[in-house]
Amino acid sequence: MRKMLSLTALIGGLIAAQTAQADITVGFVTSLSGPGSSIGIPYGRGIQAAMEYKSEVNGEKIRLIQLDDGSDPSAATRNARKLIEEEKVDVLIGTATAPSTIAMMAVATELKVPMIAVSPVTGQPNPADQWGISVPQPASLLVKVVADRMKRDAMKNIGYIGFSDAWGDLVYNGAKAVEAEDGIKVLTNERYARVDTSVTGQILKVLAARPDAVLIGGSGTQGALPLLALGERGFKGKTYGTVALVNPDFVRVGGKAAEGIQVSAGPVIVAEQLPDDHFAKKLALEFRAAFQKANNLPTTDGFSAYSFDGWRIFTNAAERALKTAKPGTTEFRKALRDEILNTKELSGVHAVYNFKPGAYHGVDERALVIVRLNNGAWTYQP
Amino acid sequence: MTADIAAILAIDGIATGAVYALVAIGTVLIFTVTRVIFIPFGDIAAFTALTLAALDARQLPGTVGLVVVLACMACLMEVVTLSRAGEFRALPKAVLGYLVLPLIVVGIVWLTMRFNPPMPARIALALLLIMPISPLLDRIVFRPIADASVLLLLTVSVALHFALVGLGLLFFGPEGVRTEPLTSMGMEIAGVHVSGQTMLILIAALVFSGLLFLFFDFTLLGKALRATAFNRTGARLMGIRPARAGTIAYLLGSLMAGVSGILIAPVNTIFYDSGFLLGLKAFVGAIVGGMTSYPGAALGAFGVGILESFASFQSSTLKDVIVFSLLIPVLLWRSLASQHSEEEVEE
Repeated sequence: MRKMLSLTALIGGLIAAQTAQADITVGFVTSLSGPGSSIGIPYGRGIQAAMEYKSEVNGEKIRLIQLDDGSDPSAATRNARKLIEEEKVDVLIGTATAPSTIAMMAVATELKVPMIAVSPVTGQPNPADQWGISVPQPASLLVKVVADRMKRDAMKNIGYIGFSDAWGDLVYNGAKAVEAEDGIKVLTNERYARVDTSVTGQILKVLAARPDAVLIGGSGTQGALPLLALGERGFKGKTYGTVALVNPDFVRVGGKAAEGIQVSAGPVIVAEQLPDDHFAKKLALEFRAAFQKANNLPTTDGFSAYSFDGWRIFTNAAERALKTAKPGTTEFRKALRDEILNTKELSGVHAVYNFKPGAYHGVDERALVIVRLNNGAWTYQP
Repeated sequence: MTADIAAILAIDGIATGAVYALVAIGTVLIFTVTRVIFIPFGDIAAFTALTLAALDARQLPGTVGLVVVLACMACLMEVVTLSRAGEFRALPKAVLGYLVLPLIVVGIVWLTMRFNPPMPARIALALLLIMPISPLLDRIVFRPIADASVLLLLTVSVALHFALVGLGLLFFGPEGVRTEPLTSMGMEIAGVHVSGQTMLILIAALVFSGLLFLFFDFTLLGKALRATAFNRTGARLMGIRPARAGTIAYLLGSLMAGVSGILIAPVNTIFYDSGFLLGLKAFVGAIVGGMTSYPGAALGAFGVGILESFASFQSSTLKDVIVFSLLIPVLLWRSLASQHSEEEVEE
């Protein structure tokens, strides 16, 4: 018993010594399992690449703790609490699905820890008590850029089909917002679940409205399902989507049916096709090299790049926050929050970031290019 | 809703329903013989699709790892049980049945893969590889509690499903798969295009239901299975081994799930966790048939498929709500209309 006690004391002392070194602790949550895992796993790889790219700030080491939320918002909430209360993290980064991210954001605000969301977050934060920002292009912007392209392509009537969850709502509302201000018309609002195996009914309803083009509000592999059903029914119009579709498995499963779809995406997707003076070109190539080194895989998706940009925002703010406070303290968390919200013209691989209190998103139209699927490869469409 | 659309929806519903029917019939089969409501059934179907996709891509399917792990566990359990009972003579047979046979299956797959076999051979390999899983799970999980109540068996079955989904992610990864269509033929029926794949699914469902009917009514083995279902103790007194009957039921059931997995793979994207919803909807169909009748389960499953198809057109957001809400009136009607069996009273 005595031996046990002294051993416990020793271990306790070691842990205390660990935290006393004042590393900056980052709590990262992603979906390594569950329906969100097809994008959650790239998010995780992106963080590894970011660690490879920059693992210390002003000589302070960064300690990264990664947890899996199983694509479940309640697990994401538990993870966020655990990271803050037990691991005493200085900043939270996460997670792969929109509902889980919104759940984590609530915990971060309650416990006063800055959070960098790598999924889109909707709504207006309270400027006086804002603890989180969101890296990706907001759905409204994604859809706006696509809608502008639809207008350029002279498409009038748009059919919509998307997921029956927060993401489906985001894209639909984005399309509706554009409808209010200019010429396109959204005729349908059909939904399907991520685990559904057939969308015949929904597609029939979309086609019955006789649209010129169809907008897809799905993500990853399952985003291909409506395209396959459209192909079966011999739809000849154009198809549009958002960056959420961009992953290699979407291309594999969609096959011929996905050919020609145009999506608005971050420039990193087509890094090597960008003009040399583009802000994302050099950085995107550096990111790819770091990704290759960290994961022994080439990058093929846009999701890992959000983790990378989130990391850039965090390290950039931490550089400034370290001047006023020490990691592991409430002062540091507050300083980090203030500095994150004070980000000015920071270029990433997806966008140029400018944050200010009162808004989650800090990107503008520079963050998006239109890419088209030609013979199974995404090509830049200026 | 025009007549054209209704026809397309009906055909889509019948195709989905046929897949549910295969799984529902298997569920009923296993339930009547072993009293286990085998929730992981849908997972077995999904794993078959994933296995076939891996074989198509010329990769060693994750199922191999799953079978090897399960075979080792089952063999170990069997050996320990037999040794404790002092039945050392039965040991070689146990090792042969639980370890060597599944390993032979894995070996066959591993060897034939090198020769890049044609499509029919790949389908046979996928089925062969999926067949041992259910009987092995039965030995590991259900045999030790074979005499427990239906409720306990159901609870264990649900737990087993979650374990399998986790293993599925480990062995198959998070991405969905879609295999090549088995046939590119199609035909016009009353002005509506019906794909060859849909026809295949229907034919398979009908053939298997018919075969099962013949098997249970006209063969000694089938009658033995039915006797086990009716009364385990009585069947044992008559010289029927309930354990063996269970194994046969699981093998047959796996075959049904496997076939439905093969049929569904070209029409839908299948993920490692797609099985749950498939199994659950088939289960709704089986409940409509009262969990005891094969034609009832098949009809119920077709009903679920058609309902789902029309619901997805009318109100896509509430589709699953509509399908699962069907359970409530059916259960009410069942519980009011049926006599409670002896077994439930004893429990």
